[in-house]
Amino acid sequence: MSAAADDGELIARIKEKALFAREETVRLTGIAKTGHYASAFSCAEILATLYYGDIMRLKPGEPQWKQRDRFLFGKGHAAIALYPFLADYGFFDKSVLDEYTRLGNPLGDHPDMRKVPGIDFSSGSLGHALSAGLGMALGGRLNKIDYNVFVLLGDGEQHEGQVWEAALSAAHHRTGNLIAIVDRNEYSLDGKVDDVIGIEPVLDKWQAFGWNTIDIDGHDVPQVLRALRDATAASDGGKPTVIVAHTVKGKGIPYMETQFGWHLGYLHPSDEKAALAHLRSNA
Amino acid sequence: MTTTEPELHPDSWHLLMLLDQAPGFAAISQALIELTDEGHPIAVTTADLKYSNGLVRFQEKHPERFLQFGISEQNMVSASAGLATTGLLPYTATFASFLALLCCEQIRTDVAYCNQPVRLIGHHAGISLGFYGTSHHATEDLAIMRSMANMTVIAPSDPAQFHAAIRATVNHPGPIYFRASRGRDPIIYEHGVDFQLGRAIAHGEGSDLMLIATGSSVHPTLAAAEQLREQGISVGVLDMHTVKPLDGDAVLAAARGAGRLMTVEEHNVLGGLGGAVAEVLTEEGVATKLHRHGIKDEYSLIGPPTHLYRHYELDAAGIAQVALRFLNA
Ligand SMILES: Cc1ncc(C[n+]2csc(CCOP(=O)(O)OP(=O)(O)O)c2C)c(N)n1
Ligand SMILES: [Mg+2]
Repeated sequence: MSAAADDGELIARIKEKALFAREETVRLTGIAKTGHYASAFSCAEILATLYYGDIMRLKPGEPQWKQRDRFLFGKGHAAIALYPFLADYGFFDKSVLDEYTRLGNPLGDHPDMRKVPGIDFSSGSLGHALSAGLGMALGGRLNKIDYNVFVLLGDGEQHEGQVWEAALSAAHHRTGNLIAIVDRNEYSLDGKVDDVIGIEPVLDKWQAFGWNTIDIDGHDVPQVLRALRDATAASDGGKPTVIVAHTVKGKGIPYMETQFGWHLGYLHPSDEKAALAHLRSNA
Repeated sequence: MTTTEPELHPDSWHLLMLLDQAPGFAAISQALIELTDEGHPIAVTTADLKYSNGLVRFQEKHPERFLQFGISEQNMVSASAGLATTGLLPYTATFASFLALLCCEQIRTDVAYCNQPVRLIGHHAGISLGFYGTSHHATEDLAIMRSMANMTVIAPSDPAQFHAAIRATVNHPGPIYFRASRGRDPIIYEHGVDFQLGRAIAHGEGSDLMLIATGSSVHPTLAAAEQLREQGISVGVLDMHTVKPLDGDAVLAAARGAGRLMTVEEHNVLGGLGGAVAEVLTEEGVATKLHRHGIKDEYSLIGPPTHLYRHYELDAAGIAQVALRFLNA
């Protein structure tokens, strides 16, 4: 399948939701007074396509629906971009967002499955999520429930040995319903990923580990949509699929795109308006 | 663009401004730079957190001795053990949650059991990462590290003491776990401090109560003691910077001099400082009332760090309240 012309409306909706995720990231970080803007911005189109591109099977208001597709946030520090979607799906009340990171609020910098309806697995320690997703995929097989498991990984996260343990196991177990997406935004915390510890050729590595590989521009919504449709066309018993999505860390705000320090930052309230204007004009 | 004004917000972070907000981390880099300049075979290893722990300063001075491992902590720890076998003295730093918990077995088997002189620096320990949540909290690290044979465990309380502790232990033959907070601990020892491994520092004596604190809890405990004194309570404080080997003599002297003891730590009350003090008291048959204050065997809420300290009564006012309840119980 491909993203055809009649996807126009769908694509427009995804773009609108990606902008919504970025705007909410700015607003919520204003409440916390620190946050991972740049990490959230690089994956906005990916998240929006998963949740609003008819890719994930979800039931609004029913976060525990057994047949649902699962999503795991390897790079959990970008959860701020997902919480607004979960509220939008009616998994929890929108007012919870207004208290983001305040004492006792369920929404922290990293997602917590015991506190936040719609979060399928807790994360924060990089490297665990693909293994947990593999367990869910195997569980679906044993329970005879047909769902897909999506795991969004950071490119710095590729450093973690556990990612490759999971990659090896998933190919061995032929969990074709397990889909990894690598947010290849080129940067981790200490600088450029390939200066910190090089990961290239990353696509070839996944291929060598027995995965189907798809290489895309992670901000080009038709490409993201097509890749996710192709990935979900594979079924359990076949090779798992990885999508390497080339993205820009900080996408949408020019100075965040060029200064890697925005991995972790805080926009002064007086700069928020201009930041939102950037996001809207770049959407 | 104004970028940030984090000084307005004591709870906030900004990657490139962390350095200016963390004198505690500046002290660590400074000590390592000095030791390298003096000819010690230092190698610093870190895992994609050189801004968070400030070791970028060491990298600037001694780039060839700075080894970047990326986000592969277990790999880094075992590699540090390997480095140590070649005569180098590795200082290996990352968030305490990942160092003490993620790398627990690498530390036990490759560092402690092989008895290599690796210095582990677990920073942002306790609940100091606030709303990052349990994945980034470490309220188990003292218990884990204390239970490893050969391991020494030190939790300095302020920048000067961290500096002194690193310098004083440079020739220590075995592995050491240093516990650090956010690098923002207020200054206690304005004029520097003499660091003696395993020797607690007494801040006054108390006949009603002795407070025994470690690491990030020392400063608020000293402030709590001030508040208690104003209410006519005779109270002293022990800065128990070395959690292992514990200064048993100081604990016993405190128990003899005061009616009650209370330990204060940003850690589970099980297995850390409180547990270590209780072990000494029971082994010596000292029948003193002991209250262990800390995180009560639970996972912390999320929230800004200073709000969490208030909630868990780990700030000065909270510690004073807990002490009063204990004294009146
Ligand atoms: C096991 C582990 N080590 C270190 C960290 C600290 N940390 C948080 S984000 C980050 C960089 C992540 O880079 P990347 O995976 O590329 O994610 P991005 O934000 O660029 O999407 C690091 C090192 C962590 N959360 N977990
Ligand atoms: Mg990245």
